[in-house]
Amino acid sequence: MKAAVLIQRWYRRYMARLEMRRRYTWNIFQSIEYAGEQDQLQLSSFFSFMLDNFTQLNGNGPDLISQLLDPVVDPWLDKETCYNLIAVPESYTGPRLSFPLSVSDTNTLLGAFKEQQTLHARYVLQLLYETKKLLKQMPNIIHLSTSYTKEITICGDLHGRLDDLLLIFYKNGLPSAETPYVFNGDFVDRGKKSVEVVMLLFAYLLLYPDYMHLNRGNHEDHIMNLRYGFTKEVMLKYKTHGREILQLFQDVFSLLPVATVIDGKILIVHGGISDQTDLDFLSTIERHKVSGSKQSFTIVDILWSDPKTQEGCSANTFRGGGCYFGPDITQRLLLQHGLQLLIRSHECKQEGYELCHGGQVITIFSASNYYEEGSNRGAYIKVGRELVPRFYQYQVSRTTRKLTLTQRYNRSAEGSALRALKEKLFTHRSELMSGFQQYDQNNTGCVSVSEWAQVLESVLRLDLPWRTLRPHLSSVVTISFLLFSFQVTPNLAETLFRYRTDIGIIFNIIDKDHSGLISIEEFRHTWRLFSAHLGVDIDDRAIDDLARSIDFNKDGSIDFTEFLEAFRVVHKLDNKDQQLNGKMDGKFS
Amino acid sequence: MMPLVHRLIFWETPVEIGTIIYSLGCFPTQADLHDFTAEVEEGHTGYIHLDKFLPVMTKVLLENKYPPIPEDLLLQAFEVLDKEKKGYLEPEDLTKYMTQEGDVFTQEEMDEMLTALVDHEKNLIYYKDLINLLTIDPDM
Repeated sequence: MKAAVLIQRWYRRYMARLEMRRRYTWNIFQSIEYAGEQDQLQLSSFFSFMLDNFTQLNGNGPDLISQLLDPVVDPWLDKETCYNLIAVPESYTGPRLSFPLSVSDTNTLLGAFKEQQTLHARYVLQLLYETKKLLKQMPNIIHLSTSYTKEITICGDLHGRLDDLLLIFYKNGLPSAETPYVFNGDFVDRGKKSVEVVMLLFAYLLLYPDYMHLNRGNHEDHIMNLRYGFTKEVMLKYKTHGREILQLFQDVFSLLPVATVIDGKILIVHGGISDQTDLDFLSTIERHKVSGSKQSFTIVDILWSDPKTQEGCSANTFRGGGCYFGPDITQRLLLQHGLQLLIRSHECKQEGYELCHGGQVITIFSASNYYEEGSNRGAYIKVGRELVPRFYQYQVSRTTRKLTLTQRYNRSAEGSALRALKEKLFTHRSELMSGFQQYDQNNTGCVSVSEWAQVLESVLRLDLPWRTLRPHLSSVVTISFLLFSFQVTPNLAETLFRYRTDIGIIFNIIDKDHSGLISIEEFRHTWRLFSAHLGVDIDDRAIDDLARSIDFNKDGSIDFTEFLEAFRVVHKLDNKDQQLNGKMDGKFS
Repeated sequence: MMPLVHRLIFWETPVEIGTIIYSLGCFPTQADLHDFTAEVEEGHTGYIHLDKFLPVMTKVLLENKYPPIPEDLLLQAFEVLDKEKKGYLEPEDLTKYMTQEGDVFTQEEMDEMLTALVDHEKNLIYYKDLINLLTIDPDM
């Protein structure tokens, strides 16, 4: 009947539109996420630059920046006194552990974390201390066999999502001799329960070192933790002992093995491989001496690379580290070492897993709803003696009903993706404007859609469907850019906005006790660092005057808001045309 | 007829050909999709190459081959199902219709539609309100 056909056609079209919107929302989140990680590696190189050029920053005591980059292991942390001098008060109602750990301890932890309890700093340090001792004895590559076990379960990124970990344990069983696990990195950052997740994983590692295996991910790194939330979470939960805990985490992370091999046939690494990867060489290096972002490309490639569809191996410009590896690279490595499958994680996938390279590469991701509620499923793999992987999916959600596409597509997800994108546009507005100007020789104030798209693509370097997104972004672009013909140097306010995360990180480093305040002296140093990084010349006396004027209550310390304010003030002093700024600022919302 | 699933080889994860055509503003029937696919498919692989797709799709767009359904026509279609002119439909009736007549829905499509369109308190489908809600498109 004609009526039925009409309704069906209309409805299918509606669903298709929804699917497209969901895809580009996903695309936006992923592009911005990877661009952020790229900034991360840039920040690391900034610190290396600092290290090379500013060896004695404050003149007294060990250099802060070098401490961060070349961490000298505090010998105190290698002794048991690091934890056993900490007393656990009678009033503490959280979980108590006894070492060596037994099943009742891990059960206690599970129960306590489900009840939102926090593990006492003493137990955290003791657990980390024991984990460090154990990891020191492990090789870089762990070799497992299915002949003693039924099936091995392999999980991907968890990113501090305790609910997903608990769901996996519920569906699949707790780690044991019958249920061995491999967790493939990125246990921390982004999610709010990174401490709990990693405590559980390490506890099971100590309990069953033969049945619990952990690979290092690119987020098991102190600089990533500074940016992506793990450091903050630890400092919030452990105000007194946070710094020692973080230091010990740093040691433990650097000691995590980087690869696992099952039956000599399945290779499991967090990111991927490159054309330089050689497993024999990899097993010889001293993994804990290599910082994730330093010259050793061996480890960086393993932790950061992504597969691509085209052949060859190219630099991973998206991430800023590691490479893109094609099916020929995979084929070559598998052949070279007699392997048949590469399992990796590192990338969020809508179904929780994805195959590529003709089935020779599997991506497994275990944090469901990663970008937004309903964005994706999580999954894990089970593999037995026949070495055929089986996939199990799940999704943590408030209701137990199966989610339909309409429900999974969350309008607010699209909203926040677009907001994030608009923010990026704002921070690059001068570059965008000068880009547009190049196409508009007659100063009409207009460019064609293709020209607009081209400028955005080249300035922002985000691989997105610009034409599709244009109607959502055009409100930002429809301003007369004639005013900008006076603009020659990049707007410092924009630069500030773009670098605010970096500035925040620098502030947190200088603010040793994480009190939220820094001294005038420390402020001066920070300013000098930043201006050197930007290649901007600032007079020392001007900084001092500025520092004094910023300290409003004259107590000799500055908080982060005053810190940011300092950049704005200097910009105003610098800028000749303040009126122009007023006009510009009104047009971007 | 079962819905066809063909994939375009230019995105990381495959997309159904129907999704692409619909999102470009066209309203093909299942028969239309079948014919389109036959013209562009790579043998019987289930895959379509962008190079083959583009010229055929461009022609479709220029000729306005699958024009949109005007809103009032859609309303009439719903009213045909709502014989007593109650202003709403029961989910069972809609299900019967959608899964047995015309270009039938799969079970999955039917579940999606019901979840999206049914007023959960009254367990009824108020189609008049829905048409407004679902045809207002802020973009393209």
